[in-house]
Amino acid sequence: MKKKLVFLVLTLVMVSALILTACQPAPEPAAEVEEPAPVEEPEEFVFGILMVGPYNDRGWSQAHYEAGEYVVENVPGTRMIYLDVVNTADRPGTTAAQLAEELVQQGAKLVIFNSDDMKDDAVEFTRNNPDIFVIHASGDTQWAEGENYIPLENMVNVMGEMEYGKFIAGCDAALHTQTGSIGYLGPLINEETRRLTAAAYLGAEYCWENYLGNDPNDLSFRVTWIGFWFNIPGFTEDPSQVAQEFINTGVDVIISGIDTTEALVEARKATSEGTPVFAIPYDYEGACDEAPEVCLGVPWYNWGPAYVRHITAAMQGTWESVFEWLPPDWNDINNRDTTAIGYLSGPGMSPAAQDWLQQFIGELAGGLNLWTGPLNLQDGTPWLAEGEVATDVEVWYLPQLLEGMEGRSE
Amino acid sequence: MKQARTRSLSILFQLGGLILAFGFVTLILLSIDANPAEAFRLIWQGAVGNSTRIASVFVVWVPLVLVTCGVLVTFTAGLWNIGIEGQITLGAIFTTGVIRLFLDTPVHPVLVIVLSILAGMVGAAIWAVLAGLLKVFGGVNEIFGGLGLNFIATALNIGLIFGAWSRPGVASMSGTEPFPEAYWLPTFQNFRFSWYSIALTVVGLVVIYFLLQGTHFGLRLKAVGKGIKSAFRLGIPTWQHMLLSFLICGLFAGLAGALQVVAVYHRLIPAISSGYGFMGLMIGMLINYQAIWVAPIALFFAALNIGGIQLPIVMKLDSTLTGVLQGSLVLFILLMQGVKQRVLGNK
Repeated sequence: MKKKLVFLVLTLVMVSALILTACQPAPEPAAEVEEPAPVEEPEEFVFGILMVGPYNDRGWSQAHYEAGEYVVENVPGTRMIYLDVVNTADRPGTTAAQLAEELVQQGAKLVIFNSDDMKDDAVEFTRNNPDIFVIHASGDTQWAEGENYIPLENMVNVMGEMEYGKFIAGCDAALHTQTGSIGYLGPLINEETRRLTAAAYLGAEYCWENYLGNDPNDLSFRVTWIGFWFNIPGFTEDPSQVAQEFINTGVDVIISGIDTTEALVEARKATSEGTPVFAIPYDYEGACDEAPEVCLGVPWYNWGPAYVRHITAAMQGTWESVFEWLPPDWNDINNRDTTAIGYLSGPGMSPAAQDWLQQFIGELAGGLNLWTGPLNLQDGTPWLAEGEVATDVEVWYLPQLLEGMEGRSE
Repeated sequence: MKQARTRSLSILFQLGGLILAFGFVTLILLSIDANPAEAFRLIWQGAVGNSTRIASVFVVWVPLVLVTCGVLVTFTAGLWNIGIEGQITLGAIFTTGVIRLFLDTPVHPVLVIVLSILAGMVGAAIWAVLAGLLKVFGGVNEIFGGLGLNFIATALNIGLIFGAWSRPGVASMSGTEPFPEAYWLPTFQNFRFSWYSIALTVVGLVVIYFLLQGTHFGLRLKAVGKGIKSAFRLGIPTWQHMLLSFLICGLFAGLAGALQVVAVYHRLIPAISSGYGFMGLMIGMLINYQAIWVAPIALFFAALNIGGIQLPIVMKLDSTLTGVLQGSLVLFILLMQGVKQRVLGNK
């Protein structure tokens, strides 16, 4: 009985904890301040970014974070708020739509969803918040020709034509492999990752055959998917282990399709132990810094200019719902103010390869299209006939990997 | 007189635990140059600042209450059902499986939802009983058995999401294809919570309260929990009661998992249990198995969870700080309980 009383008291104390937290902040005046804040500074335009990974991941999310900083620098009167690691494994019990609403509570008038994985939430949020502008990076719901078209006036889709970056990455890998074995460290499997992986393969095959004069049958291109954009212990395959597995089975160039830099770290480790291995990270212009000596180069996204355009349009009342798949600026694919994607050479790149690669980039700029038949899907089904060029829709929704690639297609 | 003195001393000790917990978190905040008052204000505002946030708190409250109800039964029988996370997962898997089975059939969605929830409860109960069987007949401590079964449940879940149940052409940790809206438990207006979930939770609470406080079964369960040998000598079928407690706990965990699928995510995701199982265990310890306190303390924990989201947005702090607060509350209050027993004597 006495024990029971003690615990009655204990729980009473817990309730007092509620009251304590209530008293601590003196919430009344704070709540009042929160409401009129936007009125005091009518000029300020707050935009929010939801990032699937950490804002400093040296990858996909950091590229978005820095694009946000670029907007603040270039569009007067803007302020950025953000929330990172927005995924159900890292923020259990939440949804991206719910977290976007939290950004709106903090004053955001425009919200950027930065992952294809947030598609359902982005649409739900956009429908429920017709007054808030939404940019869904890498999404396709605003593409009238696309397979997932859901017209929403307040939503824009933006994506860089990273297929070019991956062509170049593949070429770079082929120019450096001594074993003829390239490993692709894949994230999850969807249309986006299939076409990007296939692009890397096409670039590798092109340079292997046309520049080095090798037999395409001697090139091995293996894909292993970890299950998500980055390592979530307990849920995904460990990318470090996948990279090690590649190295142990003869791969000497690893192309990364994930948002983080494990491939570089493992390449450096192997190289320092006497097995030369190179890696090509992904997403972020500064990614090579992790292990410059083994980094061949990085295909990177430059979201800044597109975000500046759409945020300015939202501020000026000229917003239009569009789907954009933006090519590189071929005059200078690494110009931060004009290009949507780029390719930065890494310190690991050999001078000979550098020349080949420049030639390849020149050919791409001149109109070389590697999405040209004859190309078969992985299971041998003909995809493009001799001379047939794939349409944007066919490339975007590539149903399988291509013939000659090893690894799961779905 | 003596009783009054003991009571006031107890209050002092519990208050001490509470102050220590808040003090501990305050120290952490100060050590990283963050303003503790601002952090606590944000958590409070983040939880109750407007109706959307309050609704979100109840979305978390539902599984927390159900899971805590479940672990109270096993706690009462003296069992540590660490496998509760896996049981929630199995509940979600069974629910998803049944909905998938009936998706393109003429069976009415309402019936499908009901069947899927029941299937989730049964699936989780089977998983829980498995831990019980390992304990009773295999001599495997329920903590280790439960941990092992948690791993298997996670692996099974991921295997299904990434393999057999993956979206067409997609294999992603973001989960399976969302179900059509007809198969969602209706939510209240534009809010995220469903009255049906709340109603089921309240029913669960009432059932557990009366089961543990007002039935012979509850009494026998307590006897098993207090001392299995004496209970056996009193003629109570002990292992049967242990298994039954696992089964009941599984039913509740399964309901929580099922509601995560039909009312919250509308699909199966890898982290479907969201750590609510372990949080339920913490709440169980904190309230010392008193069913009457499940609802308010779960509400407090849910509020911390939802309120914590503000920390990274506004102060660039990690929102797991609220987890630290929850953990340290349990830790310090249990600690003070121990200190009190030393000071007052173990009576």
